[in-house]
Amino acid sequence: MRDVLLTAIRGIGFGSIYAMLAVGFVVIYKSSRVISFAQPALMLAGAVLVSYLAGPIGFYGAVLVAALAIAALGLGVERATIRPMIGRPVFVIAIITLGLDIAIRVVVNAFIGSDVRNVGDPWGLSAVDVFGLPVQERYIAMVLVLVVTVGALFAFFQYSRYGLAMRAASLDQETAMVQGVSVGAMMALSWAIAGGLAAVAGAFVGAGGGIEQNTWIIALKALPAIIIGGLDSVGGAVIGGLLVGLVESFFATYQGEYLPWLGQNFSLVSPYVLLLVVLLVRPYGIFGTREVERV
Amino acid sequence: MTATQRPVRDPAAGTPAAAAPSATPAPARARRPRGRPAMYTGYAQNMALLNTGGKKAGVLVLFVVALLLPFLLQDDLLRLLATGAVLAIGAIGLNLVTGYAGQVSLGHAVFLGIGAYTASVVSGDPEDESVYGFGITFLPVWLLAAGLVAALVGAIVSPLATRLRGLYLAIVTLGLVFIGEHVFREWDALTGGVGVGREGPTPELFGFDVGTRSEFFSADQQLYLLMLVMLVLFALVGRNIARSAVGRNFAAVRDRDIAAEVTGVDVRKAKRLAFVISGFYGGCAGALLYSINGYIDPGSFNVLLSVQFIAMILIGGAATISGSIMGAFFVALLPRLTRELPEYLPFLSSSPTETPNVFQFETFLYGILIVLFLILEPRGLFGLWVRARNYWKAWPFSY
Repeated sequence: MRDVLLTAIRGIGFGSIYAMLAVGFVVIYKSSRVISFAQPALMLAGAVLVSYLAGPIGFYGAVLVAALAIAALGLGVERATIRPMIGRPVFVIAIITLGLDIAIRVVVNAFIGSDVRNVGDPWGLSAVDVFGLPVQERYIAMVLVLVVTVGALFAFFQYSRYGLAMRAASLDQETAMVQGVSVGAMMALSWAIAGGLAAVAGAFVGAGGGIEQNTWIIALKALPAIIIGGLDSVGGAVIGGLLVGLVESFFATYQGEYLPWLGQNFSLVSPYVLLLVVLLVRPYGIFGTREVERV
Repeated sequence: MTATQRPVRDPAAGTPAAAAPSATPAPARARRPRGRPAMYTGYAQNMALLNTGGKKAGVLVLFVVALLLPFLLQDDLLRLLATGAVLAIGAIGLNLVTGYAGQVSLGHAVFLGIGAYTASVVSGDPEDESVYGFGITFLPVWLLAAGLVAALVGAIVSPLATRLRGLYLAIVTLGLVFIGEHVFREWDALTGGVGVGREGPTPELFGFDVGTRSEFFSADQQLYLLMLVMLVLFALVGRNIARSAVGRNFAAVRDRDIAAEVTGVDVRKAKRLAFVISGFYGGCAGALLYSINGYIDPGSFNVLLSVQFIAMILIGGAATISGSIMGAFFVALLPRLTRELPEYLPFLSSSPTETPNVFQFETFLYGILIVLFLILEPRGLFGLWVRARNYWKAWPFSY
């Protein structure tokens, strides 16, 4: 029982990070109907920025600065490479982001170097006692940051003028434009939000273990999360992210014991297996809108 | 003979009257009037493999030059060109599924891996206890086996494509790469395991090992010639698939699958066929690639390899066979080109431990080139070539 609970807590902790990344993907998807493969690079860039700034200005300040800086980078990416491509097939835009991902990561990797970089988080691997369970502080921090950021985002979408404008633009670009919404600005804003989220997620990915050049792979686990949740549902992305975290965590703990023939480290690919299973049953994810096509 | 070259059937041909010898002779094969090389008088001429005189001459010259290269170039460059030819085979396969049929596949690395391992199992040493091996080193056998097994996997994967569209499919195929990589890493009896690996297939033809030097040629010269012949074969087949009814079905599915279905294209069948063909090409490319390299590391079939193939077809030109070949050679030769850069750009270091170094610059170039080509010249190198050709075709009245 103790093991099960600890496994679940770890799953929810990492799941929170996947959820944060997944929300970023969904925000971009809702505004531009594109999956941005540049998110892994932005996440890593955020984490690296935090690792450099945590010393001089402290971890929390560094996370804030990194989020703003990467949001600006996301804005720049949108302006320079996505805006000229509006109206072209989404596949082409997705591949552009793939190219951007490669290019940005080269620069970021140069700053990481060949070793593991500590992001300077205050938790490390230390644990606190919650109802007799040693829960690592970083998992609590991960869950908290998910609740705060995604809660703020929900409030923003629901109650602010800009949130309303973004929802309108995502629903129907032309109608929104007629009502005076600057659709281009809303697209740019969504890329900035996604960049900021990726940077925060990056900082917390590094919490406890640090970051290295291969850390970007973690961001790709948000892809099963968004597909499972449905590409256009923010709530679905959160649930999908947590689900991916839980599945991965449980496979990490129990697969070696019960399903040893799947090989070591199967937990790392278990999100993708989950993805295949979900998609074969429900092709548009659990919470996604079924695509209706007018002929 | 492909479907397009078949003469249009006379509607009266089925009636008994037409069966009797008719008074008017059957129309002779459409022939160009003398002195009008650019005039088409029949559909078959328009759709011919090399439909202009310029193409005929150009391809002939290219082929002759390619045959002469082994005697002009150094061995290391020939090896790179051989690798480029094999990559081109893989790129043609990806282009058939992604460029022609419009099904985004980020999973091409899996097919390469399956092909490489199938081939090395067929050709592997049966005495070796640690990995599987059947000891059949005859090239056509292991090449066909590699292609067929990969094609089978393509057929197994294709139901995903019939259920999913666009970016959903891209992500699922990306997931396949991770799953495939995991299987390759863990199935030690097949792959030798991480850090150990196994030998690639032996390229042997009628008892003659192409991969070892003989009396007249070096190993690299022989490998280059072999891969060149392979590329020509696969490219011809690919081009013929593209310009036949199958290829037109692919294009219809790509442009609008609902419209395709309405006009009578079996969309499921077309998608399945696209994945099967792409799998076959990928498998063959994987097998040939590691018969050049001679050593397979299970970690090689990762996302980066898939992205490199995407880069090849996008830099070369989506939905073109010649573009795939250009793109593949471009990507294969890019490392060699960037190695030369430190001479001209003194701030670049050629040692991997310093930054900025050429290896970083090379990866950076992949990324930036994909972005730039897609924004500025969506038809890729092929598009650049078409522009140059059209400029000179109309010269001096080109504007």
